[in-house]
Amino acid sequence: MSELGTGRLVGRVAFVSGGLRGIGLAIAERYLAEGAQVVLSDLDAADSALPQETLARLGKSASYIAANVTSEADWDRAREHVAQRHGKLHILVNNAGTDLTGPVESLTMDAWRRIMAINVDGVFLGTRVFQPMLAASGGEFRGGSSIINISSIMGLVGYTDTSAYNASKGAVRLFTKSIAVEFATKRTPIRANSIHPGFVVTPLLHAGFQRWVEKGFAATAQDLIDTTAATTPIGRLADPAEIAGAAFFLASEDSSYMTGSEVVVDGGWTAQ
Amino acid sequence: MSKRLAGKVALITGGTSGIGAGAVRRLAAEGALVVFTGSNAAAAEALCADTGARFLTHRVQEAEAWPALIDTILTDHGRLDIAFANAGVEAGDNSVEDITIDGWNNVLGVNQTGVMLTVQHAIRAMKRNPEGPVGSIIINSSMNAHRAMGNFLAYSVTKAAVVALAKSAAVHCGNRGYQIRVNAILPGVVETAMISNLIAQAPDPAAARASYEGMAPLKRMANVEEIAGLVAYLASDEAAFISGSEYVIDGATTAGMMGV
Repeated sequence: MSELGTGRLVGRVAFVSGGLRGIGLAIAERYLAEGAQVVLSDLDAADSALPQETLARLGKSASYIAANVTSEADWDRAREHVAQRHGKLHILVNNAGTDLTGPVESLTMDAWRRIMAINVDGVFLGTRVFQPMLAASGGEFRGGSSIINISSIMGLVGYTDTSAYNASKGAVRLFTKSIAVEFATKRTPIRANSIHPGFVVTPLLHAGFQRWVEKGFAATAQDLIDTTAATTPIGRLADPAEIAGAAFFLASEDSSYMTGSEVVVDGGWTAQ
Repeated sequence: MSKRLAGKVALITGGTSGIGAGAVRRLAAEGALVVFTGSNAAAAEALCADTGARFLTHRVQEAEAWPALIDTILTDHGRLDIAFANAGVEAGDNSVEDITIDGWNNVLGVNQTGVMLTVQHAIRAMKRNPEGPVGSIIINSSMNAHRAMGNFLAYSVTKAAVVALAKSAAVHCGNRGYQIRVNAILPGVVETAMISNLIAQAPDPAAARASYEGMAPLKRMANVEEIAGLVAYLASDEAAFISGSEYVIDGATTAGMMGV
């Protein structure tokens, strides 16, 4: 992609939750390639192998903090990390998420509360804790600061045995619209949009497909990938970098009039 | 400006003013060879001089004029990568109670039939690209596809219709295995010459301007460059997994219950 690395995010500081894997990692890599400084968060201990290897590869513009998005205390520590290292924040990507499948009558209260805590509480807490810093930095660039919440096509349409995930991603969709209207109405210089990826080749997708195989819905995970590709009009799954392209657009000045919008990146899956 | 559209050939209908002219400037600045159409040759001349784009007189609603336009593009430029179905009108529109059949037919002819013909002929042209059927088609709808206006029946109806058109065409291209993407953009109020003229002609221009600016929670209109930025993104290979989508770009107007 010829647009890569043209420095259009120079001077920006970004925070990406769930930044060690999949879509979050791809977004962090893209922002770094565009000249931003990026703070990643994830569950892994800071001195464990994956964060260390990732930081060594990403270079000095990246840093990492171990933080659980369901913990208010961890978000406070994340804010301190950003404040001390950068003193400002322009881009917040609430990306951390998990999945849960199963017939609605079989879901336990604990499992339901866990996915809601990660997928919904995490987005709320990230927004709440960083809103003042994003507002304060919003005057530095045209279009202001940008919150990018990773919802899903499952935040747009229902799907069998996916009620909890559907509910959590639907909540992200409308939470995003609400804060977009709230900030715009109050002249707070923060835009907020949701990205709705379709099926993306990530560790979460592989883990989910493996569980479907164990439940006997398919012989192999590859069969599920092939079936999914066949039911996607574009005929394939997405690469995480393609979601990162949308996250870059929403972080850049090019999207200065976009707020409260749903950016669907699904190869036509929900157009059918 | 980066050159992510270098080597691509683009067609923009209704390119002589407003969002279309903004897209001509943006796509040309990103390296595309731009052909744009319309009927205002005088306005086109300056734009061509500024951007190096090429203007061809053409009316989107005239089905018989399409094959010659496409042949000219393919003969002279070898390919078609991007089509921005932008031409639109509101002349003759009115409420459902008061619209004339001529007014209805005028708006449907350009905004709906014209868009269908643009998409149809763009797909046919893109199928003739040397490496096979590849390209990106972008339809200019409106936030009024989601929130209809009482005094602009045909405009509201056609802008909703072309969102379904984009999705149908996207699914069709997928089913056929074409690497041709089709998406719609849904702008809010954009400060084009058309809107500026409506403001200037209003009994109280200041009040009219405040009314337009107040529609979006962002409390301003979009400028054409902001819409052109989205067009450029969807036109680029960055958007390779995006098809059948409808992207609202309206300063949160339709995210809430503001109404239009």
